[in-house]
Amino acid sequence: QLDHGCALHTAARDGLGSVSTQDVPAERPRAVFHTSESDPAKHSEQHEGRLYNIPLEEVKAVFPHGLPYRFQQQIQTFNEARVMVRRPALELLTYLKGSNLAQPAVRYVIYGERGTGKTMTLCHVVHYCSRQGWLVLHIPDAHLWVKNCKELLQSSYNKDRLDQPLQASVWLKNFKTSNERFLQEIKTQRKYMWGKRESTEEGRPLGEVVEQGLARVRSASDAVGVVLRELKQQSHRGSLRLLVAVDGVNALWGRSTLRKEDKSPVSPGELTLVHNLRKMVRNDWSGGAIVTTLSQTGSLFKPSSAHTPHELLGKEGFDALDPFVPIPVANYSPREFESCYGYYLERKWLQHEKAHTEDGKAELQFLSGSNPRQLDRLAGPL
Amino acid sequence: LRLICTTTTVQKKNVGASGPEKYTEAFIKKQIEEFNLGKRHLANMMGEDPETFTQEDIDRAIAYLFPSGLFDKQARPMMKHPTEVFPEQRKIQWGEDGRPFHFLFYTGKQSYYSLMHETYERFLNVQKHQDQLIAKDLPLQKEKRNLAGSRWLTKIELEEMLLEKLSDDDYLRFIQLLQKLVALPCADIEENYIQKFSKEVPVQLQKVVIEPLQYDERGVAFSTGEGKRKTARATAVVYDNGTGKITVNGTDILHYFPVLQDREQLLFPFQFLGRIGKHDMVCTVSGGGRSAQAGAIRLASAKALRSFVTEKEVEFMRQAGLLTVDPRVKERKKPGQEGSRRKFTWKKR
Repeated sequence: QLDHGCALHTAARDGLGSVSTQDVPAERPRAVFHTSESDPAKHSEQHEGRLYNIPLEEVKAVFPHGLPYRFQQQIQTFNEARVMVRRPALELLTYLKGSNLAQPAVRYVIYGERGTGKTMTLCHVVHYCSRQGWLVLHIPDAHLWVKNCKELLQSSYNKDRLDQPLQASVWLKNFKTSNERFLQEIKTQRKYMWGKRESTEEGRPLGEVVEQGLARVRSASDAVGVVLRELKQQSHRGSLRLLVAVDGVNALWGRSTLRKEDKSPVSPGELTLVHNLRKMVRNDWSGGAIVTTLSQTGSLFKPSSAHTPHELLGKEGFDALDPFVPIPVANYSPREFESCYGYYLERKWLQHEKAHTEDGKAELQFLSGSNPRQLDRLAGPL
Repeated sequence: LRLICTTTTVQKKNVGASGPEKYTEAFIKKQIEEFNLGKRHLANMMGEDPETFTQEDIDRAIAYLFPSGLFDKQARPMMKHPTEVFPEQRKIQWGEDGRPFHFLFYTGKQSYYSLMHETYERFLNVQKHQDQLIAKDLPLQKEKRNLAGSRWLTKIELEEMLLEKLSDDDYLRFIQLLQKLVALPCADIEENYIQKFSKEVPVQLQKVVIEPLQYDERGVAFSTGEGKRKTARATAVVYDNGTGKITVNGTDILHYFPVLQDREQLLFPFQFLGRIGKHDMVCTVSGGGRSAQAGAIRLASAKALRSFVTEKEVEFMRQAGLLTVDPRVKERKKPGQEGSRRKFTWKKR
C-alpha cells in the first residue's frame, strides 16, 4: 500500500509542481500533503491545502476545550494533531499580523455552511495567537451557556441576573490551563468582594481570582466577570495583547431554552456570563482582536438553512456586532480535497480496497460534495 | 404472478365456440337497428353530422357524456356495433325436417374436419402441379416464403374462426398439415389460402430512439432525459466537460439530499459508466418523497447519458436496470382490510 501511496504522491507531486523550500526533499511521501512548518506565523499561500502538525503537549496546553469532538477523536486515533491550512485562516492571519493594536479591536466573524471548517479555522487562529504570546480568551461554544443548564442561581451582584455556576467553573478551569503564565503576571486593579467575608485585594495576581471562582462555585460567574473586566482594562492600557475567540457567537443574542422557576423564559441578557461576554465583544477597547464564529448546529430556534450573519445573529446581534469583517468559509477546493484524501490514505484510515482507486476518490468527492464534515463521516466506516 | 409477456390474444377467452345460439337472429337485427338509431341521436346531441359519425366519434362522445374513473377499460360505458358486442354464434345447423345441412355434421366437429379436408385437397393439388412441372422439366422453386416474420393462428383464434371448440391434438394436426403444405416448393399457388391462417409478427420491438446530442450557445454538448418513480417526476439536463457538480431545483445536492442513500442513487449511473467527474447536471424534480425523487432523477440522468455513450454501454445500462421504470406503486387499500395487505385483527368471538 505504501508503494501505491508513493506512486500516487509522486504523480501528484509532478502534477502540482510547486514544492515549498522549507520541505525536506527526503521526506518524499509526506511532502505533498504536509508541511513541516508548525508555526502558524510562517504559514502563507504556499502552504495552502497542506496539513501542519501541532505537538501534542501544545494541544493540551493551548486547546483544553476548543477543538471539535470528532477532531479530538481523530487526534487520539492518529496520535497526532494535523490541521489543514486553508485560505480563510490565512486571510485572518494576515489581518491580524497587519492590525494596529492601538486602534479599537476589530471584530471578525467567520461564517459558512454546516461542516465547512469554521471552528477549525478559529482554532488555527488561536494557535497562532498563543504562539505569538497573546492572551487567548477562548470560549469553545457559547451555545453551551444558553441551553441544558441544570442550576440557575440568582446573582448576588445584581438581582435581575442569573448565575450559572457549573458552566462558569468549567470554563475557569480550562482558562487556567491555557493561560497559566499570564495569571501570575496580571494584577487586579481594585478590590472585589465575594459575598460578606471573602475579598480580593488590589494588586493580587489574577490567578487568585480564578482560584476563588473555582473554590467557591457559587461566585464562579462573578469571578468570570471580574476576569473579563480586568483583561479588558489591561489590554486597553496596552500592557498585554488579548484575543477574544468565541465560537457560536449567535447564541449571545438569540433565545435560550432555559426557564426560571416560574417557567418564564430567560433571555440571554439575563445571564451573567452572557452579559459579561457581550461587553467583551463590544469594540470599545483596544489592544487586541475579536474573532468569532457563527454556528447553526448548536443554535436554538433557527432553521437549518440559515448561514449568513444576518439570519443567525438576528437584528439585535447584527447591530451589536455591526462593524465587523466577514470571513466566509467554503467547502474543500479540489486541491484541499486531494490533500485530505491523501492524508487519510497515508494514515491507513481508508481500509476499503476500492477507496484507494481513482474511481473511489471520485466517488468520495461526489458523495461528500467536498464538504469536510461529510467527508469525515464518510471515511469513517471505510 | 401477473404474466406480462404474453399477448392479449392468448389471454382472451373464446366465447363464440362455447355453445349454440343464445341470441336469435331477429334479436341481433333489432339490436343493430337500435344501435344505428342511437348513433344518429348521439350525433344530433353532439351537434355533429349523423351521416359521417364514425365509431371513433361515438367513443369520444360516450367518454365525454359518461366520464368514468374505473381502471378497467372494458368496465367503462361503451357503445359499439352489436356484432362486436355479441360474439358470433353458430346458426342452427339443421333444417325444418331435422336433416343437417353439412355432410360432416355427425362427426361433431364439422367445420374442423371440413377444413382439414379442404387443406388436404389443396395439398394434393400442389403435388399434382409439381408432378406436372417435373414432367415438363421446368424449374420448381420460384421464391422462398419468408416464415420468420409470420406466425400461425393460435388455437383460440382458430376456434374463433371455426366457431367450435378444438382440442390441442386437433390444432397440432392442422398446423402440421399447413407446415407440410408450405414446405412444398410449389406452394406459391395456394398462397392466398395459406395467408388466411398466418399472421404478421411485429418483428421490430419498439426500438427506443436515442436522441443525438444537442449543443448550447457555449458549444457544450448536453442532453435531456426524463424519469419517474412512484409519484415523482424528474427532468435532467446533463452537460459535457463538467466538474461533477449537480444542481437540483436550484440547490446543491448536499442541501437537497442530506441523506447519503439518496446521493448514492444519484451517483450510480455515473459510477457505472465511469464518468463521475466529467459531467455537470441540472435537474428539476417534483412530487413523491425523498427516495422517490432520488430514483426519478437517477432514471432521468441514465436516460440522458445514453446520448453520450456507445450502444454496447447502453445495453449494459439496460441490463443493469438503470433504464427501466420501476413499476412499484402504492398498492390500493381494499375494503374489509385495514391496509392493502393487513387484515383487521381477527377476533375469535
